Amino acid sequence: MSESQSFEPVLLEAVGVENGHSFESYRGRGGYAPLEKLLAEKQPPEVVEMVKSSGLRGRGGAGFMTGLKWTFLPKDHPGPIYLCVNADESEPGTFNNRILMEDDPHQILEGTIISAYATRASTAYIYLRYEYPQSWNALQAAIDEAYAAGYLGQNIKGSGFSLDIYLHRGAAAYICGEETGLIESLEGKRAWPRIKPPFPAIEGAFRKPTVVNNIETMACVAQIARRGVDWFRSIGVPADPNNPRDPGSYGPKLYCLSGHVEKPGCYEAPLGITARELIDQFGGGVWKGRRAKAVIPGGISMGLLSEAELDTPLDFAGPGKAGCLGLGTAAVVVIDETVSIVDFLHNSCRFFAHESCGQCTPCREGTSWSLRMLERIRAGKGRLKDLDLLAEIGNTMGMMPGSTICGLADGAAWPIKNAIAKFRDEFEEYIKQSNPTGYMETDPVPALPILSAH
Amino acid sequence: MPTVIVDGQEIEIGADERLNCIEAARRAGVEIPHYCWHPGLSVVASCRMCLIQAGSRNAETGAVSMIPKLVPGCQTPVKDGTVIVTDSELVRDSRARVEEALLIDHPIDCPICDKAGECLLQDYHFEHGQGERRADIHAFTSRRRDVGPTVTLFVDRCIMCTRCVRFTREVSGTAELMVSARGAKEEIDTFPGFPLENKLAGNVVDLCPVGALGDKDFLYQQRVWFLKKTANVCGGCSAGCSIVTEHNQDTVYRLKPRENPHVNKWWICDEGRYGWHHLHDQSRLVEATRRGSDGFEAVEWAGVVSQLRDDLTAAGRLAVAVSPQLTVEEAWMLCAVARSIDPEAFLAVGYVPMTGDDESFPGGFTIRAEKAPNRVGVETVLALFGAVGEDGNVPGWQELLQRVQTDTIKAAWVTAGYPTPDGSWCDDQTAAAFDGLDCLVVQDLFDSPLSARAHWRLPAAGFAERAGTWVNCGQHAQSFEQAIRPPAGVWPEGRLFWNMLGRQGLYDPTGVRQQIAENSAAFAALTGDLPATGVDLRLQQLAAT
Repeated sequence: MSESQSFEPVLLEAVGVENGHSFESYRGRGGYAPLEKLLAEKQPPEVVEMVKSSGLRGRGGAGFMTGLKWTFLPKDHPGPIYLCVNADESEPGTFNNRILMEDDPHQILEGTIISAYATRASTAYIYLRYEYPQSWNALQAAIDEAYAAGYLGQNIKGSGFSLDIYLHRGAAAYICGEETGLIESLEGKRAWPRIKPPFPAIEGAFRKPTVVNNIETMACVAQIARRGVDWFRSIGVPADPNNPRDPGSYGPKLYCLSGHVEKPGCYEAPLGITARELIDQFGGGVWKGRRAKAVIPGGISMGLLSEAELDTPLDFAGPGKAGCLGLGTAAVVVIDETVSIVDFLHNSCRFFAHESCGQCTPCREGTSWSLRMLERIRAGKGRLKDLDLLAEIGNTMGMMPGSTICGLADGAAWPIKNAIAKFRDEFEEYIKQSNPTGYMETDPVPALPILSAH
Repeated sequence: MPTVIVDGQEIEIGADERLNCIEAARRAGVEIPHYCWHPGLSVVASCRMCLIQAGSRNAETGAVSMIPKLVPGCQTPVKDGTVIVTDSELVRDSRARVEEALLIDHPIDCPICDKAGECLLQDYHFEHGQGERRADIHAFTSRRRDVGPTVTLFVDRCIMCTRCVRFTREVSGTAELMVSARGAKEEIDTFPGFPLENKLAGNVVDLCPVGALGDKDFLYQQRVWFLKKTANVCGGCSAGCSIVTEHNQDTVYRLKPRENPHVNKWWICDEGRYGWHHLHDQSRLVEATRRGSDGFEAVEWAGVVSQLRDDLTAAGRLAVAVSPQLTVEEAWMLCAVARSIDPEAFLAVGYVPMTGDDESFPGGFTIRAEKAPNRVGVETVLALFGAVGEDGNVPGWQELLQRVQTDTIKAAWVTAGYPTPDGSWCDDQTAAAFDGLDCLVVQDLFDSPLSARAHWRLPAAGFAERAGTWVNCGQHAQSFEQAIRPPAGVWPEGRLFWNMLGRQGLYDPTGVRQQIAENSAAFAALTGDLPATGVDLRLQQLAAT
């Protein structure tokens, strides 16, 4: 039995427990006592230090050091300071936030209250994606219970700290998961991400200092407060001593395993489990006795691992070494050998073209152009030249080369990049077979008259 | 002084200046292409055309470290030691790709698009774009959508720079324009029932880098490469916004704002923008006419010079209304002419039209209630001639009306030039005040109840037909050139007064201005070559005292 499988769920400890979502159940499992202890014994800077030294990295996709992000808030700001909890969870393949919200909402709330205390936030907004009505009900019920029990509102447990939490519902746009897109939407505006600087910690929601953290990150904060920094650091992959820039990958992680596996589900394991271990030991292996053709390591934005790369550790550093964008949301989607990679890429391009906010030229036009090319390829009018154009779009669109305002373009680019680089033979085969008379064409061809998607 | 290095060239900027890379590069003569940035609007950095490489040079070691990725020039401030690179392959490729991206789904409208010839998409394509199309061929023409009474939208030409949206939010404060839908399907639109209808609406057409927003007044009227541009000043109100008159063959086709940080920044109001049609109104007075026994007879201009003087001299005490439409030079010459006819001529400022109240907009732009461009200038000229009453004020139209009804005044010369083709600036009742005069001279653009009573009707010049100086309500003086010739051989005021003063040769407004500057403390600032954006009269006045 590997270390991973013997790991006793912590973040998911309420799953399967009867009424595990209730306040009583959470209290019974030790919840809210850590909060009271912190409020009584520690000052906010000490709580920031606690989270910083735990090595917790944000679970929303970017993996930025949470404690470090909190230190970007201006000192001695008169306030108000806002904490936004990102429950938009729109990265395709991701569902761990949903499970946390539905099955253990109080864990999230305790983490949120502790984080708000640390950052001196007076108001927290949970920005919840529209498509999660059950999470909405569960969170609102938990918030009501927390107010009733005196863990929210004015002067919490006599500590002098006050916090209000508002549950705010989105309207089904992926870009509202981008932190400044979220803030714009919260303010009632179009979710066009803001240019940075200024960063939200300096000027965020309503022009005030704002921290945006993911739901799972909040749950981790609650667990760090309960079980301690040393416990958190005992799990996962320590920082590489030879690389001073490596902050390590500490703590447990919720892996969303879906796609062509026998047992899809949300599994908790220490950071660093490999894709193969996750699929075989937790997921019961690739389904129907088939082989995996490709595996998405952390949500579709991260790109693809080929079958040969399945021993890549799924920590913050691993997928990058295999040419993927990163760990992302650790949403692992298995694609078996019967799936056409052309279909996959078409689906991916359709998603990003639909969700691109449209304000900056490379993303707005690049996502649209790549979708049209995939449409034309699938309609049997593809050219080999299209693969070069797609690769170029994949390599030039994004925040990392500096050509776009936010990371959606990078997320749109990586599947294109990985798919063309790692599965080029399949693309060429498809194009040659479906368009035997026209695949060599290098001059522009007429556009398809109708765009079936987006 | 902070030093910025642009493509290897060092330039100094002011210690207190806050410049972005585009502005700093301009100082070095390098133009960084951009669509969405505008100095008068918020920075969004969304077009990505201005992506450049930036870095800094260590002040001590001289070592240069560049930011590894491209950065937008519009959102990157410069400071001492900033290094800007605009001509590297990375930057060039990036620009070519942005151009390509914008052209993928752009309608093939150049031959029918007003913007051709002044379109940034065209210009940047030639300068920075790729030679051949790589995207699928999709030839189509743009849809058209009405967004308001004065502006039309060619929907598919839009490149989503959002300048127009930001303008209506930030400068006019009316927020009529919005973006609808998401991604590549985005379009500019208005909310149903809330069309683009504010007094600054025309500015969005100036702002649009492509031919998406069109001015209905100018649509399909003229190809822009035929237009000649003359720097003028708007005569619509006392704000004195700097404008460019765009004309061809003595016909004005449109007015556009000229950037002037002291007056109007980058904007003009619609009233000023469209306030040129009266210049080409068919009912303009184009002949000098004198009332004879059989009604009005045309008089040759050369003859006007002597006959007018004879008539006025014969009449007796003269009163002159110096119109606030006249330039400083014209006003000065008119006063000199009047005093040469009658050394005790009564000089007053002509009728000053007032409409409503001053109207200010969130961006700071203000439309003035005083609908004449040079009352301040005219008053200052009159003061030079001692035309000051006991209360210390220069007499105005009301006082003139009273004076001409007394027995003392026998003749009146009313200069007008108001842009009202129906002559409504002077109603019948007001005009009746001049009934008892022996000689009434009315110099105006159009007939009016006053000109109907005149003994002499002289045609006036429109704002684009004169060169000279106007002083706005804030004591800011601007000199401008003549854009078009007045119709049919008309001698505008400047030329007539020049000849009546007996001066030789062609009317030389610059010379007159210089003479005025040298002979008065009030106008001392008008000496020499003036900057295109004008001068504040008060500066030199303080220096002189």
